[in-house]
Amino acid sequence: MQYAILCYHQEDVVGAWSKEQDDAVMARLIVVQDKLVKQGRLGPVARLLPTTAATTLRKDSDPPLVIDGPFAETKEQLLGFYIVDCTSLDQALETARELAAANPGGSYEIRPIGYFAPNGSSGK
Amino acid sequence: MTDLAWIDAALTAARPQAVAALLRYFRNLDTAEEAFQNACLRALNHWPQNGPPRDAAAWLIMVGRNAQLDEVRRSRKQTALPDEAAISDLDDAEGQVAERLDNADYRDDILRLLFICVHPELPATQQVALALRIVSGLSVRQIARAFLVGESAMEQRLTRAKAKVAEAEVPFEAPGAPERAERLAAVAAMVYLIFNEGYSAGGESAADRAPLCEEAIRLARLLLRLYPAEPEIMGLTALMLLQHSRAAARFDAQGQIVLLDDQDRTKWNGKFIAEGIALIDKAMRHRRPGAYQVQAAIAALHARAATPADTDWSEIDLLYQTLERLQPSPVVTLNRAVAVSKLQGPEAALAMLEPLAARLGNYFHFHGVKGAFLQQLGRLKEAKLAFDRAIALANTPAEAAHIRQHLDKLNVSS
Repeated sequence: MQYAILCYHQEDVVGAWSKEQDDAVMARLIVVQDKLVKQGRLGPVARLLPTTAATTLRKDSDPPLVIDGPFAETKEQLLGFYIVDCTSLDQALETARELAAANPGGSYEIRPIGYFAPNGSSGK
Repeated sequence: MTDLAWIDAALTAARPQAVAALLRYFRNLDTAEEAFQNACLRALNHWPQNGPPRDAAAWLIMVGRNAQLDEVRRSRKQTALPDEAAISDLDDAEGQVAERLDNADYRDDILRLLFICVHPELPATQQVALALRIVSGLSVRQIARAFLVGESAMEQRLTRAKAKVAEAEVPFEAPGAPERAERLAAVAAMVYLIFNEGYSAGGESAADRAPLCEEAIRLARLLLRLYPAEPEIMGLTALMLLQHSRAAARFDAQGQIVLLDDQDRTKWNGKFIAEGIALIDKAMRHRRPGAYQVQAAIAALHARAATPADTDWSEIDLLYQTLERLQPSPVVTLNRAVAVSKLQGPEAALAMLEPLAARLGNYFHFHGVKGAFLQQLGRLKEAKLAFDRAIALANTPAEAAHIRQHLDKLNVSS
């Protein structure tokens, strides 16, 4: 089963990391990613630009309203995600724990995927 | 992961919000800073076990305020010390503070904190130093290094600047809309000053000053989070990201300036470019053009060009014409002349410089650009005169060295 592992963190804290700190986190995450690749379990991975670069299309009005910024004001922001093939929630949690150990702070949402079209095809 | 470097990052991130709120409570900068310092000391005791609290700023505001009130009571030698239990239940207190201080309060607090640095009687460099100290929390030593002065000299400057700021009456009620817009514009200009202090540094001091560029970008992102729909704040952030994206390519190993045309574009930071272009795209949607947006759009056109030959000079020329209307200045016209030289050749561009000579006679870049046009036209004697004048006016050793390279080429070809 495919799981999305959604990474949340306070972006002002991540933004206050020095380049060395940021590089160190990325290097540790790559180790975990490489392991998943070897196991043939890793799908797309993304690190998102800050929410200040985001735009939201809200359908509360007609025509929909374009709003600057993220969908919701939250303490922690969605900063990236992994798509990982896991046999069970336990395995997904285990993967999230490894990612969490490589990354100081933040939270992970483990979300099973219902429909997946990695190349924009009709999916499976 | 709770070691001190990460806690330090959390404290740095929370600082503007926490100091700004404490300033509103105490209405005194020194007291607010002291309260924040106290809160940080307590954080260093408490956070390593459990990591930073979820709302670090609220924690620091609460603890800083209580610690400072204790101090005041103690110094007044009052016998009735506060009930420790009243502040020990931090979870509850944190929640209350967070509730009371909604986003609108934070916005005005942080804007005020930045705005008091933009004191009209303070020279620009002191505004910048003060903002780096009280908003960003850089150490006096870091700021001194960035400004290439001794630590004690910087300490004195900051003390004097703070005294000036303390005399000024900054209103603490929430500003009205026009006043808020005015403050935001002044603060944006100051953030760009911080950036330029870092960006204009020459080769050998570039590494010491690069943190100023990063700090300015961090402050701009902070402003943008507070005012997400302000196109000029998007433009400012985009402009700095796009300029800073070239940091690794702007100087060679010897610290010499490498011009845009000669830069190794693979060294440009793609992530900064992507973010800058995303922001300028967002800003354009508002159809409220401003000087930062136009300059960012120009920088974006350079960033989009895979090779110098791919640069869209006619679009750049148009954007400089827009900038001349929005913010008329001989320096803008000088920059447009460079675009014109690419489109119509050096003769037309040189003609544009003539009317600027009176006002830019003491400006390094004017003579550098003029020399380059003359050189392209084969008027080598006049080119040499212009380059000599540029060297005499150079602001940094790297600028002078760069013009000397031009002179060397002239000598070879003449």
